[in-house]
Amino acid sequence: MNIRKNSEAERLSFWEKLYLPEIAKGMGITFRQMFKPKFTRQYPEEVWIPTGSYRGRPVLVNEDDGERCVACGLCSRVCPALAIEVQAAETDRDKERYPEKFEINMLRCIYCGFCEEVCPEEAIVMSKDYDLVFTSQEEAILGKDKLLVHISKLQDRLEFLRQYK
Amino acid sequence: MPHIYIDDKLIEAQQNKTIIEVAFENGIDIPHFCWHPELTVAGNCRMCLVEVGMPKKLPNGAISVDSSGKPEISYFPKLQIACATTVAEGMYVRTKSEAAINAQEAVMEFLLINHPLDCPICDEAGQCKLQEYAFNHSKGMSRFIETKNHKPKRQSWGPNVLFDAERCISCSRCIRFAKEIAKQDVLTFVQRGDHVTIELFENKEFDSPYSMNVIEICPVGALTSKDFRFKSRVWDMSFNDSICPGCAKGCNTKLGVRNNEILRIEPRANPYVNKFWMCDYGRLTQYEFVNNNRITDPYIKVDGNHKKVGLDEACSEAANRLKQFNPHQIMFVGSAKATNEDNYILAKFAKHLNTKNLDCLKYIDENFQDNFLRCADKAPNTNGALQVGIKPDLHSVRIEQLSEKIATGDIKAILVMEETFEEYTEIFKNLSELKLLVVLGYNHSNLTSIADIILPASTYAEIEGTFVNTDLRVQHFTPAVVTSENLRFMGMKMSRLDKFGAFNDRWTQHQVRNSRQSWKIIQKIANRLNANWSFRNSHDVFLEITHNIASFKGMNYELLDEFQGLTLGKAEKPDPKVRNYESHYMKPN
Ligand code: SF4
Ligand code: SF4
Ligand code: SF4
Ligand code: SF4
Ligand code: FES
Repeated sequence: MNIRKNSEAERLSFWEKLYLPEIAKGMGITFRQMFKPKFTRQYPEEVWIPTGSYRGRPVLVNEDDGERCVACGLCSRVCPALAIEVQAAETDRDKERYPEKFEINMLRCIYCGFCEEVCPEEAIVMSKDYDLVFTSQEEAILGKDKLLVHISKLQDRLEFLRQYK
Repeated sequence: MPHIYIDDKLIEAQQNKTIIEVAFENGIDIPHFCWHPELTVAGNCRMCLVEVGMPKKLPNGAISVDSSGKPEISYFPKLQIACATTVAEGMYVRTKSEAAINAQEAVMEFLLINHPLDCPICDEAGQCKLQEYAFNHSKGMSRFIETKNHKPKRQSWGPNVLFDAERCISCSRCIRFAKEIAKQDVLTFVQRGDHVTIELFENKEFDSPYSMNVIEICPVGALTSKDFRFKSRVWDMSFNDSICPGCAKGCNTKLGVRNNEILRIEPRANPYVNKFWMCDYGRLTQYEFVNNNRITDPYIKVDGNHKKVGLDEACSEAANRLKQFNPHQIMFVGSAKATNEDNYILAKFAKHLNTKNLDCLKYIDENFQDNFLRCADKAPNTNGALQVGIKPDLHSVRIEQLSEKIATGDIKAILVMEETFEEYTEIFKNLSELKLLVVLGYNHSNLTSIADIILPASTYAEIEGTFVNTDLRVQHFTPAVVTSENLRFMGMKMSRLDKFGAFNDRWTQHQVRNSRQSWKIIQKIANRLNANWSFRNSHDVFLEITHNIASFKGMNYELLDEFQGLTLGKAEKPDPKVRNYESHYMKPN
């Protein structure tokens, strides 16, 4: 398309150039909105709970008899951001390994979900937590105490994975 | 010499060799589990099945040819195992034909039927021959839906080896190793069919000094090291070539490092030194002193307390104080544990100062010796130290006299390089009489606690240099662990974790020690006493050694690497190069 009229003034019609009618139009929209239903969420008073497909911070699945993770290190290997550190140790349980140390650096994590995808034990899943606040870099490195979440709280995600993974 | 065709490649084979050997020597790898070049042929895994045939002969003895003029080959209807079939004149072998590939896939499917596939908890994962073949030589699926056979895990075979019966694929490599190489025939198969497993004879233990080699040759994760178990994933480690300093044999090794810490030591093939093996002692003892209790900074003793100082300050102090003594009052203690380069520079320094008192401790232990690898000389470089000049002459003070000479006041100052005098306790009685004790050491020890000046020396794992082994073979090695001096060492492999860490990653908070290769420290001291040396790296030092010391003539690091070591005085007659067998290809390094 050839734009022949080059300045703003040239493109505007006479009524537009007057401005006042336009202002009135705008006020009209504002006025109408005031009586329509609101969709603003009063966060943080009103918390949004995502569905199972949401990729929040990765957490470790904890069953009644302990974590599922066997410290195979695959999540740590696949993590493109090098966020995960796993140190394995031996246990007496049937699955001989367990993570003596499992840390995710949430400043590195990009919520890609690769760790969840690669895990052979379905031991690490993306949770619904999105509101992470830290006051220092150290605090952003989450250890097992913060990562372990009981399986009952992760049912939505596990169900989602069962269906779509 | 029979001429054979493997995959249409004409090969002149040696008489009486098997197909797999001939193929290997000519760069063709036939999949196999049980075959190992140093062990007898067992022929029990069936992974090496290949098609073998001979040209069809006409009744008149001539070879029948097809319409295009190529000889017609009649292949045996049954496939043959390449590891137990010897080559014959005119033989044709197909390793990648449809029949061979089908056979490989079938064998893999069989092997995996009862295999637990617990790779996530298996230490072998990432270097496993079974994983590798499952990827390259199998269909990637199983038709087996019945329940797998379970066998006991975690059975102890001896002080260092654990056995997981489920993962074993019954290749018998370990049994043959124990019998043929370790000469400790204590392992055997028991049961049959899919219940087969390996047991120790009653009241026996697999505690041979070489027991841990079965861990490497085991194609799967059935055998694990009690020492290493679960310390790290193999892909998180880097493997740099090194030499074991445990004894004068100088077994070629690889150092597995993560987070700047040696986690395990494993043998590296060298047909002229250690073949594929090393002893458990070397594996288990030669990393502790690198990882722990290190001297990381120079110290000077001020009013009885050690004060941390900069390297320049410490070297100036050493130089200033050495100046105050007569040459014959100074003793230099070199080390059979240090490289030729370090010892050479120490000897050069002694000469510069006109001191003849130059010697090193010997570590002879007849009990350590056996008739396989371990030798009585428990230091890696006694021969080298002597060659480059660490030896007293007729009138100078020998190390055995040192204690007494200190007592009489003949020796007033000592510079000790990479020694702790741990086994020479007698000397400690008199050491306090010294006016000056300078110690270049790796670890804090009884000796460093009384030293006047402590200088942080790098260990064998952190430097480039050469050792001369018991058979007078000069072997070159490069660093595996990072220090502040070798941060950018050319060609040094580092694991992903070591490379990419940032300051806020907790996993990367490893220590980069501020230690120096001994000769660099000595050069610094010497230059403060007008020596004006300008060696930049070990290459330079070695170059001078090859110029000044006849037996090293004609050597350089590149040649030493190329031929995996050269014998003293025979640089122009190296041992022939061979293709080294590597059991597990997938292994990162
Ligand atoms: S979500 Fe992605 S970035 Fe975050 S820990 Fe998992 S793999 Fe790493
Ligand atoms: S991939 Fe799964 S089992 Fe393996 S270390 Fe990560 S969370 Fe644990
Ligand atoms: S032996 Fe190999 S295939 Fe078997 S569990 Fe271990 S890593 Fe996996
Ligand atoms: S333990 Fe390993 S080396 Fe021994 S027979 Fe089994 S698979 Fe082979
Ligand atoms: S390698 Fe030939 S049968 Fe095992």
